[in-house]
Amino acid sequence: MSGNADDFEDVVNSAKPETVAAFEERKGFIARLQHTLHVYPALVPLFVLLASILLFGALLGSKFFSPFALTLILQQVQIVGIVAAAQSLVILTAGIDLSVGAIAVLSSVIMGQFTFRYGLPVEIAVLCGLAVGTAIGAVNGWLIAAMKLPPFIVTLGMWQIVLAANFLYSKNATIRSQDIQAEAPLLQLLGSTFKVGANADGRGGATFTIGVIVMIVIFAFLAYVMRHTAWGRHVYAVGDDPEAAQLSGVNVRGILISVYAVAGFICAIAGWALIGRIGSVSPTSGQLLNIESITAVVIGGISLFGGRGSIMGALFGALIVGVFTLGLRLSGADAQWTFLLIGTLIIGAVAVDQWIRKVSA
Amino acid sequence: MKKLLIGTTLAAITAAGSAVAGSHSGITACLITKTDTNPFFVKMREGAEAAAAEAGITLRSYAGKVDGDHETQVAAIETCIADGASGILLTASDTSSIVGAVTQARDAGLLVIALDTPLDPIDSADATFATDNFLAGELIGRWAAAKLGDDAANARIAMLDLAVSQPTVGVLRDQGFLQGFGIDLADPNVNGDEDDPRIVGNDVTQGNEEGGRRAMENLLAIDPSINVVYTINEPAAAGAYEALKSIGQESDVLIVSVDGGCPGIQNIADGVIGATAQQYPLRMAALGIQAIAAYAADGTLPENTPGKDFFDTGVALVTDQPVEGVESISVAEGTDLCWG
Repeated sequence: MSGNADDFEDVVNSAKPETVAAFEERKGFIARLQHTLHVYPALVPLFVLLASILLFGALLGSKFFSPFALTLILQQVQIVGIVAAAQSLVILTAGIDLSVGAIAVLSSVIMGQFTFRYGLPVEIAVLCGLAVGTAIGAVNGWLIAAMKLPPFIVTLGMWQIVLAANFLYSKNATIRSQDIQAEAPLLQLLGSTFKVGANADGRGGATFTIGVIVMIVIFAFLAYVMRHTAWGRHVYAVGDDPEAAQLSGVNVRGILISVYAVAGFICAIAGWALIGRIGSVSPTSGQLLNIESITAVVIGGISLFGGRGSIMGALFGALIVGVFTLGLRLSGADAQWTFLLIGTLIIGAVAVDQWIRKVSA
Repeated sequence: MKKLLIGTTLAAITAAGSAVAGSHSGITACLITKTDTNPFFVKMREGAEAAAAEAGITLRSYAGKVDGDHETQVAAIETCIADGASGILLTASDTSSIVGAVTQARDAGLLVIALDTPLDPIDSADATFATDNFLAGELIGRWAAAKLGDDAANARIAMLDLAVSQPTVGVLRDQGFLQGFGIDLADPNVNGDEDDPRIVGNDVTQGNEEGGRRAMENLLAIDPSINVVYTINEPAAAGAYEALKSIGQESDVLIVSVDGGCPGIQNIADGVIGATAQQYPLRMAALGIQAIAAYAADGTLPENTPGKDFFDTGVALVTDQPVEGVESISVAEGTDLCWG
């Protein structure tokens, strides 16, 4: 039995390489590269990330290439990173969410004000904040999926509404870090740090915060979900071609609403992490998160036309921005150079995306 | 109703506006702030409203959507001219670009007073009612130097400024601090051109917690031995404190700031900030309204504080650790006067 089976496979194996080799030879190196990038779109940002770390490491030496500085980058990108995870989901459906930053800030304000203004237990307040974020996201999704309004318009409106609600509700009052620490330390949970390899004075070494861990867990979890669950595949299908997805039995409306709701939930987590990062609850923070998250997603090689890109790309995109920001800062360059380079990266990333798209054409 | 003669083609609109305001003396004043969300401007509006009610003036308030929203401010000035207002109190987002609209208002017979933020050039407005930001910086600089005593010669200083574009207020406070600390300013109109080795570096904060933390982290990455931190305002100081706390260095560092908002004063009591220079937005606005009332009554123009090209609305150093040779008020007094 087994011998027969082996013979059978031998025939197949011996026949296969011939055709495949001929096929690949015809395509050449560039075409194969193009194909590889099409299959693994996060490779480009990963390469840019590693190259930029090596570049600044070579330029700045141990000042940059230290556990302290490298983990500092993680801390500095954690908020944008978490929001970029939410933004990636939305952009994969060929949508866009301009209200991400506003949702994050309002959620953080709700967590703070519910605790301090109404005296709710802090656990309940955090849950309320997460629930409000999810609900706003779901409303976005409903308007887009059921009312058929364009995502750009819906979230442009929601951005203004949520931000105004945030200022009206909070009266723009900051809740101080010291009050939070004394009465509701749970709000600052995602900001608590732990060190690896610090010296005797507790200085230097790699510093991590819970928020950084949360960011990495969110990305790892979403990467798994997007690749290995029906929901994840459906999100790609909806982004690629909603009509085809509908015809193949995907519940397009349900997928879209759930994507925006999940995005709202993740933004609310970002709001929680924001309290940890800045210590206080400040209604004026996070104003540029929508643009910064879209930047991270685009640099991360996720196509704005939907349906293609890897969620990990957004993490690499956020880290690239973080590496450039700190690297250029440490090398003493004018801060405008950071923006100039990031602008170049955005256009470069979209150009590469267009080129990769040709492989399927 | 005499004012109606000022307008020509705008007469009809003005009449409509004055009819609404008819319950008062007929004088209208405008307050145009950068935003209506920042507690500083909220307090400013409260001060203006109280003073306007007292003087029987109708106050109309306008604000940009965000700091830097220039277009909304221009539209507000145009609305005030059309409204037949007697005067405008303005905190400009874009101090040089707004000059065209301000000139238009002054040509139409309105008194324009720049509040808090001087226009560029400063004489584009009829008057400027503002904090002496250089003096504010100088006070905290002198305090920090006196507090350190002999160690001031070996200080490691972080300068947390406002924005890359170096707005006037950011430059005045920064340079004032350095002057007060005893550091050569090089060009006093530019931040960051000093070559004193005690300065570790300058970074920008956008005047908020997030920016304060990031800037502090960046400078700590350059030199972890920083022991004096100048901050543009108290939210930036709170952010810087979080960065120091995350590496366990918060107790070794002296943080100084400017503003005098209530959370900032509370942070002095809690030992987060060593000293801050407090400014008085409520007084600025109240004095501004009184100046417009006087101008509407008999054309009196406000006068500058002797020796300065603006009217100084005062600044006081708030600290619970007074030092010799620098006048200061206590945290309790600062709390009574704080805003936001």
